Amino acid sequence: MLRISCPFCGVRDHSEFSYGGDASVEYPALDASESEWVEAVFQRENLDGVQFETWQHIQGCRMWIVVERDTRSHAIHSVRPAHEGIARALNAEQDGVSAS
Amino acid sequence: MKPYSAWKVFVNGLTGQKGWDRAWRDPEPKTEYDVVIVGAGLHGLATAYYLAKNHGIKNIAVVEKGWLGGGNGGRNTTIVRSNYMLPGNREFYEHSLKLWENLSHDLNYNVMFSQRAHVTLLHSPAARDGAARRYNTMRLTGSDGELWDLETLKRNIPHLNYSADARFPIIGAMAQPRAGTARHDAVAWGYARGADQQGVDILQNCEVTGVARNGSTVTGLQTSRGVIRAKKIGFAVAGNTSRLWRMAELGKLPIESHKLQAFVSEPLKPLLDHVVVFGVGGAHFYISQSDKGGMVFGGDIDWYKSYAQRGNLPIVQDVAECATSILPCLGRVRLLRHWSGVMDMSMDGSPFICKTPLDNLYLNAGWNYGGFKASPASGWYFADLIANDRPDPVIANHTLDRFARGINIDERGAGPDPKLHG
Ligand SMILES: Cc1cc2nc3c(=O)[nH]c(=O)nc-3n(C[C@H](O)[C@H](O)[C@H](O)COP(=O)(O)OP(=O)(O)OC[C@H]3O[C@@H](n4cnc5c(N)ncnc54)[C@H](O)[C@@H]3O)c2cc1C
Ligand SMILES: [Zn+2]
Repeated sequence: MLRISCPFCGVRDHSEFSYGGDASVEYPALDASESEWVEAVFQRENLDGVQFETWQHIQGCRMWIVVERDTRSHAIHSVRPAHEGIARALNAEQDGVSAS
Repeated sequence: MKPYSAWKVFVNGLTGQKGWDRAWRDPEPKTEYDVVIVGAGLHGLATAYYLAKNHGIKNIAVVEKGWLGGGNGGRNTTIVRSNYMLPGNREFYEHSLKLWENLSHDLNYNVMFSQRAHVTLLHSPAARDGAARRYNTMRLTGSDGELWDLETLKRNIPHLNYSADARFPIIGAMAQPRAGTARHDAVAWGYARGADQQGVDILQNCEVTGVARNGSTVTGLQTSRGVIRAKKIGFAVAGNTSRLWRMAELGKLPIESHKLQAFVSEPLKPLLDHVVVFGVGGAHFYISQSDKGGMVFGGDIDWYKSYAQRGNLPIVQDVAECATSILPCLGRVRLLRHWSGVMDMSMDGSPFICKTPLDNLYLNAGWNYGGFKASPASGWYFADLIANDRPDPVIANHTLDRFARGINIDERGAGPDPKLHG
């Protein structure tokens, strides 16, 4: 069992989560060219090594998170909320700065 | 190399098994070949065999980082069927099934192909309608398929859980009688021996570590046993395709590597002589009984990307639940072993047998978890592509650019997410 430390709920079994996919994929603007869209939707790096990937805590807080994991050993190096704003707020709080 | 026969089994039984030759040689790598296939799984070995047999090309090597058949080829649950529905896949898998039907004779090697029927349980009228549509479509290309009502199913497989109180009561089944199982190791060994007999060098413990290019041509492969040059090169490395692709500096692929597990129980007396598939309400489970008596079964992939070749526990629970829900008589049977392989899951669940951006490089990949049944046809068409430098019409759309062209071959209709196919 992988153990994922959800930033909101704490350490949980990976079976509580649903795997998203490669978090490095950036979707282009809606009116971007077809080839840019093909690239984003279908083409993958498929790294053997450390990658950033999305998971959803589907049986917990239902938040999307980004997990930094080694696809060869399954070792997890870091976890953060997928939403940049929430990640910033959470960081700020941990640093003792008001997030308001 | 002398052919195998029942007579030789008999004679060697009386003479202490001293009269057998090596099944294949263990040659030193030459510096150059006409064709080098990377990966001695079933697809790579079958490709070499058909290159020699159908196309008369003899100066071939198959290079393998471990031992032949040590990858997914020797890890699968050995289900062979051709009940696919989409154009391209239908013709391809039916051709494969026809090759299976004569494979033991063709290879002079008993691959223990057993046409025991592939039986998919049905649980709702909608599923039965879907099955009728699929099987009618299949029959148009000459594949066999039958709908079984509950009585027929009970007559064939009496000990399934037919309780009306089951979470998903069984109402019938769709069956492909010509489908079945084979012995995976024997397929690898048979193709290896058949290729070797025609002069193919099978180079084991020979890992490709680099791909040398001159513009749009591959000039050679760096391997753990030295540099090997080749006029034409084919990749058939299943879950490792993206690694090789990066070595050739070709960027991204519509593939993700995921792991799939297989399970085998302690041996039992004969219990099940069909392949049974249970797939409803999120369950996905397939089971058959090996000739040694073990119940061989599997389910979904592990859901997260991995190169670890090591399965995880939630799937053990999943398949155990499925097993006991359709075959409650297995409740006290012990699990003997389980293991996993790294699958090349593609964006639409269908494979690639195609040319690449490089002139003399060819790709065989994207087998998801259905590549065992495909091995004979995969080798057949990949060899044809490499020999003639153009695809047979059957594999015309099994290309990397099909996504850009909007002609995805998505049997499941699951969309561009590799973990959803299989
Ligand atoms: C648990 C499990 C159950 C399955 N069940 C079924 C089933 O019931 N029916 C079905 O049809 N299919 C099934 N499959 C799928 C099927 O096994 C695969 O799709 C198929 O075996 C892949 O083709 P292959 O045999 O050529 O791959 P492999 O045997 O994996 O061959 C690829 C080879 O390439 C080698 N290689 C990789 N990198 C390098 C390198 N750098 N240099 C040299 N060599 C390299 C590897 O060592 C390996 O031997 C299953 C798979 C698994 C794992
Ligand atoms: Zn959570």
